[in-house]
Amino acid sequence: MVANPFTSLLEQSEPATASGYADHPPRMGFFTDTSVCIGCKACEVACKEWNHVPEDGLVFTGMSYDNTVGLGADTWRHVAFIEQRKPLGQQVTGHGDAGIRWLMASDVCKHCTHAACLDVCPTGALFRTEFATVVVQEDVCNGCGYCIPACPYGVIDQRQGDGRAWKCTLCYDRLGVGAEPACAKACPTDSIQFGVLEELRERADNRLSQLHGAGVADARLYGRDPDDGVGGDGAFFLLLDEPEVYGLPPDPVVTTRDLPEMWRRVAVAAALVAGAVALGFARSVT
Amino acid sequence: MSETELAKGGQEYPRPGREALVGAHTGRREPGPERRGEQPMVPEAEFRSYYGKPIINKPVWQSPDIPGYLFLGGLAGASSVMAAGAQLTGRRGLARVAKVGAAASAGLSGVALVHDLGRPGRFLNMLRTFKPTSPMSVGSWILASFGPAAMAAAASDLTGIAPGLGAVATAGAAVLGPPLATYTAALIANTAVPAWHDAHREMPFVFASSAVTSAAGLALLAAPASECGPARLLGSVGGAAELATGRLMEHRMGMAAEAFSEGKAASLHKGAQVSLAAGVLASLAARRSRIAGRVAGILLLAGSALTRFAIFEAGMASARDPRYTVVPQRRRLQERAGNGGPNRTG
Ligand code: SF4
Repeated sequence: MVANPFTSLLEQSEPATASGYADHPPRMGFFTDTSVCIGCKACEVACKEWNHVPEDGLVFTGMSYDNTVGLGADTWRHVAFIEQRKPLGQQVTGHGDAGIRWLMASDVCKHCTHAACLDVCPTGALFRTEFATVVVQEDVCNGCGYCIPACPYGVIDQRQGDGRAWKCTLCYDRLGVGAEPACAKACPTDSIQFGVLEELRERADNRLSQLHGAGVADARLYGRDPDDGVGGDGAFFLLLDEPEVYGLPPDPVVTTRDLPEMWRRVAVAAALVAGAVALGFARSVT
Repeated sequence: MSETELAKGGQEYPRPGREALVGAHTGRREPGPERRGEQPMVPEAEFRSYYGKPIINKPVWQSPDIPGYLFLGGLAGASSVMAAGAQLTGRRGLARVAKVGAAASAGLSGVALVHDLGRPGRFLNMLRTFKPTSPMSVGSWILASFGPAAMAAAASDLTGIAPGLGAVATAGAAVLGPPLATYTAALIANTAVPAWHDAHREMPFVFASSAVTSAAGLALLAAPASECGPARLLGSVGGAAELATGRLMEHRMGMAAEAFSEGKAASLHKGAQVSLAAGVLASLAARRSRIAGRVAGILLLAGSALTRFAIFEAGMASARDPRYTVVPQRRRLQERAGNGGPNRTG
């Protein structure tokens, strides 16, 4: 399929084309506009229901309204809640010191242009779909767990008692029949928007300038830039604070970017092992 | 709320009916000062996180399986080269120890790997494809070809059956051994784990020296002292190189180096340095004392193993603490912004 396995690392190409699809639909993705998220968690519920994601512990964390904590094998949409003593734009947020703003954001797999999870998967269980999304084939996954620390966002994880890796599929089954993903369908405020990535990027740019115009100087896009460390995200966000405040890495990179260099160094190091031992025998008198 | 319909042909994605006026002044007015809430008086602190939760998901790899695998792969790989050297120079006792050592560690590392898989029954899926972008795929192929070669070499040596085939197997294992010893550096460095990835430049050389150290250690411990000249030399050189490359790695990896000076990783790291330094001295003394040779063997093996366990634990600690992910990335962004480059989160 792909002559040079590192092609996708070196070029800014359409990921579906780079993965060998000659004829494919446009790249699909999510634009999650956190400025209109109301923290209802309809996306979390819809995702669990549609994808038969098992229950993963009902605990009280004390982290505002967030009891799911983060993305993992059994949480494919995660709504973060952040309480800050800071007004939002020009809004009047309360009385005196009680003024807070509440940031809510529905996180999801980023369906990276250069996906580390997919690169490192030794079995080919993780693959690129024709919609340029990243999906695990559960019947092939052998539970090696390599994708888990490879993901720079902490998305994919191992399911307890199952051993295999699980994550958001961007509802591959629904896309195939022309339906939008369950979370986007359930979102009552259109905080989660699904569509052709190119168009979503344009929508997001407009939304950003609208918010800046309204005095929300904190608004920024995250994962929209095709020149970032992962080649841009298929699922990107509008945030109202620094990414790390939402538990997102400020400057993620796909480490496979450095792999050609690592392989060179591994080869030199291997030659040194052989050379050193050979020399050891050549130099030794006894 | 919009209705998005996705059809296979031409799609239409209606935009939201109206835009929410987030943050806009909506007319409600409270008496009092113009701006309320806390104003940022001081520049924002460098490090913020989401309730202190980790950014990346920590590896599910377990100790001792995986650090043990790193160690055994190095021991097996370098021993197979040593076996070939011993065979070519007529050191029969050393050759036997190195061959059996290589075969046994290859076998054990396979056991460690299968034990760590969540689904051992599916190990064969590793050989379903060959992917150069996955060090684990490359490594599985190396191990799958090295293992049989090393075992055939050892079996032939022990039984005396088919010495010709045994020699071919010995040569094959000696060719595959060095990559087996060093590919594991790429395996762990090609992850988002800060203490592993930020060491990706030096890690292959740390692993290479550590592999030589352990193979020399095994030889010093178990082979006849009269044949151990090369092992003494390689033990002192390998141990010193392991100490030096480890230093360099810590020096160059930036903030993630702190993970080596805290908690479990710190004790393992200290232990590795002490054993290696003592092992180097003991191998220098081994020329005159048999006991010193055996002691050197134990110290070098322990030092090499502790190096791998320290690296493993430092990685785990750096994955648990969001600071190791956020602070260096934030600095990188600031540097880029300072250089007039694009701000990726902007
Ligand atoms: S966010 Fe993580 S799990 Fe999702 S595609 Fe990117 S690397 Fe893979």
